Amino acid sequence: MSRIGVFLCYCGSNIAGTVDVEAVAEMARTLPGVVYVETNKYTCSDPGQEGVKNAIIEKGIDRVVVGPCSPRMHEPTWRKLLADTPVNPYMLEVANLREQCSWVHKDKAIATEKAKDLVKMAVAKVARLSPLHSTEIPVHKKALVIGGGIAGMQTALDIADAGFKVTIVERETSLGGKMVMLDKTFPTMDCSACICTPKMSEVGNHPNITVKSYSEVESVSGYIGNFEVTIREKAKYIDYTKCTGCGACETKCPSKVINEFEQGMSKRTAIYKMFPQAVPSKPVIDAEHCRMLQEGKCGVCAKVCPTGAINYQDEDKLTTETYGAIVFATGYKLIDWKPLYPEYGGGKYPDVITGLQFERLVNASGPTEGHILRPSDNKEPKSVVIIKCVGSRDPNKGKAYCSRACCMYSAKHAHQYLDKVPDGRCYVFYMDVRTPGKGYDEFYMNTVHDGAQYLRGRVSKIYKEGDKLICKGEDTLTSQQVTVAADMVVLETAMVPADGIDELAAKFTVGRDADGWLVEAHAKLRPVETNTAGIYLAGTAQGPKDIPDSVCQAGAAASKVIGLLNKDKLESNPQISRVNEALCQGDGACANICPYGAISIVEKQFRENSRKVTRPVAQVNPGLCQGCGACTVTCRAGAMDLMGYTNESIMREVDALCQW
Amino acid sequence: MPVVENNANAIPEDWEPKIIAFCCHWCTYTGADLAGLNRMNYPANVRVLRIPCSGRMNPQYVIEALNKGCDGVLVCGCHPGDCHYVTGNYYARRRMMIFKRLLEYEGLEPGRFQVKWISGAEAGKFRDTVMKAVEDVRALGPINLTREIPYFELPAMPDDDEEAFNAVPEEVFPEEVNA
Ligand SMILES: Cc1cc2nc3c(=O)[nH]c(=O)nc-3n(C[C@H](O)[C@H](O)[C@H](O)COP(=O)(O)OP(=O)(O)OC[C@H]3O[C@@H](n4cnc5c(N)ncnc54)[C@H](O)[C@@H]3O)c2cc1C
Ligand code: SF4
Ligand code: SF4
Repeated sequence: MSRIGVFLCYCGSNIAGTVDVEAVAEMARTLPGVVYVETNKYTCSDPGQEGVKNAIIEKGIDRVVVGPCSPRMHEPTWRKLLADTPVNPYMLEVANLREQCSWVHKDKAIATEKAKDLVKMAVAKVARLSPLHSTEIPVHKKALVIGGGIAGMQTALDIADAGFKVTIVERETSLGGKMVMLDKTFPTMDCSACICTPKMSEVGNHPNITVKSYSEVESVSGYIGNFEVTIREKAKYIDYTKCTGCGACETKCPSKVINEFEQGMSKRTAIYKMFPQAVPSKPVIDAEHCRMLQEGKCGVCAKVCPTGAINYQDEDKLTTETYGAIVFATGYKLIDWKPLYPEYGGGKYPDVITGLQFERLVNASGPTEGHILRPSDNKEPKSVVIIKCVGSRDPNKGKAYCSRACCMYSAKHAHQYLDKVPDGRCYVFYMDVRTPGKGYDEFYMNTVHDGAQYLRGRVSKIYKEGDKLICKGEDTLTSQQVTVAADMVVLETAMVPADGIDELAAKFTVGRDADGWLVEAHAKLRPVETNTAGIYLAGTAQGPKDIPDSVCQAGAAASKVIGLLNKDKLESNPQISRVNEALCQGDGACANICPYGAISIVEKQFRENSRKVTRPVAQVNPGLCQGCGACTVTCRAGAMDLMGYTNESIMREVDALCQW
Repeated sequence: MPVVENNANAIPEDWEPKIIAFCCHWCTYTGADLAGLNRMNYPANVRVLRIPCSGRMNPQYVIEALNKGCDGVLVCGCHPGDCHYVTGNYYARRRMMIFKRLLEYEGLEPGRFQVKWISGAEAGKFRDTVMKAVEDVRALGPINLTREIPYFELPAMPDDDEEAFNAVPEEVFPEEVNA
């Protein structure tokens, strides 16, 4: 038989003013299992708590009901108090006599009756509770960052500087992401390579950072503090322990391929570094285009390599490691505008280019060595049209959202063009100009002063006449049709999530929104955390943003990771679900609905009717289960229950209430 | 034969409706606390039973309450899209809506079983919901079941292997933690 102690509180006059606490106590003494009832002026005060502790020990109490303010207020206080006594901290129930009784009712007799019911209910529940123990979850003091753009690099550096080991997985052959493709960055116009490549080398040389380039996450299991991640490093066909990065191979390779880094505007070899300052600063062989690997003839690179680093027999390598925390910094890509905008030529005019192509065209190490020359005939365009919001803010064809960086970088492009082609003319078609940011509006106004002509409206059609691209649109401010004959058109296209993020997010049970961006745990208060404990977000993986915002978010994600890795152990919440294996059918209905992927179906051996049988049963991972209880209702066999809120305890609470 | 016979015509003088409200800890329970902090007033006919999430809400609790003489039941959770546990209230919404139709098919008056979404900030909505529920049930009169609604009570968790359960399985928590 249980020995329940009931401790009721006056809370000064807060409760006692409307509830006859002594009458409630009198009633409580008659309840089954109750061996001791005490009232107190302020139970939560130090002497009040001391009194509760002493009573527990003196009266040999094994379960406790308190009747003070809301459990949302002091439940942790009471659990802590119990931890210092022989009573298990989870053998506790709080009757909310203040917020949900004395403060909302005026009639003392009615409020007292309700308070009695609340106490009856708590006593009925506590009698059915069983002791629970938190388990300690070890924390592996190592972080994994997925994506090596500016956001991923900054996160890794901040974590590594705090003294923790970090691995970056980057699927391209080099770190840098989109930032390293940019020429200059608004609003200060620093050369992007000059501020991005030092970060890349810092990451590459940091004693606490391991860079896994040309690699992707293969699979993952586990939970906060203990993610077991398998990484696939694609075959590079070059032994990086021997390669010195001299580049002799690249100059001799006969196979020429479209250069993705230069946005298709030049060629590279099959053995290649993404760009000269790549980190790691060593090439890989693109197997699909290597003559040796495809046809078995050539082998020139192996002949010229002075260190014998080429290995045509190389294979993908899988490595598995355990990480305490994971950061998604997988970035964005530009929307494929061609199928969406046939009215802009759908890709058939080579001189209709994207913003990223423009970045490479103005870049001194780009395909034109920084001279703005249009792709079709390498002539300097004397008139350029820039179209903003291509695919952004256009729910019919593209995305409903604003891509946030384009207003600023289109002003940058206009400025750069007018700077390099002083006798050129530049027209910018816009819907709105949005420049919230330090120095941003000033930057835009400067571009207008440079002579860029801003026209408010969308371009409805682009067609070719002679060697001109005729852009037809409307200036909605003057309500007039405008036609501009341009030599080149730059489309500032929408940002969309990186390729493959759907599969990757599913592996980690990280949520995505309707547009595919990764979802933060709370839009305002937990912007860098995800709903899966131990997984964080940085940069454009979470949604479109510019570099300063990506870096801020990277720092925020890093500080969350550092906070986690600083702990040696985490205490798990023991109020989680539990399987009654005798009843479990192993059908996995529970596993299917768990939002945290906390349930797996495992084969287990049982002794049934004195025979050994192996059958599937559900297993709850205490590191992942958050205790929502959704699985318990789904289980047809009634095998799943939630500790602390068991079916039985709730049913008896209902029964106790129905006696009123 | 329906399980409920309406006896609104024969309401005893001193009768007061009894209603149980199952409230999600993160939203409605918080909103109810806020109603207290704001010293709002509402009828005392409702008793709140705290559950961690509306997704925890098992229909059998409702049946138990009705069988044992409760005149009405409220289930309250977070607004769709706001669940603390991501998807719990979506499951609750589907389950409770189907269950409500089943109860109504069996003859239960719609006003006796209500499902509402109330956030932690909506103290006023909590008060109004309680007032409305009390008013609705009061108009219906005391519940009058012609027979118990049958259900299969879920088995309790066996207590015997307490130790075994609390011991952490080895595969789940590896011994060594790397530095
Ligand atoms: C034309 C143009 C001009 C711009 N100009 C400016 C400017 O002047 N100033 C400014 O502040 N911002 C500018 N921006 C915005 C800027 O590019 C972004 O804010 C910034 O690059 C975002 O960095 P990130 O690290 O979040 O993403 P990314 O740079 O996209 O990096 C993501 C990285 O993750 C890798 N990755 C993706 N998926 C995986 C995977 N599954 N596994 C492993 N690795 C993966 C990618 O290969 C990539 O390296 C411009 C954008 C464009 C399009
Ligand atoms: S073997 Fe392949 S990579 Fe090497 S030189 Fe020949 S084609 Fe290029
Ligand atoms: S030649 Fe050899 S050492 Fe030089 S870059 Fe190529 S693989 Fe590396």
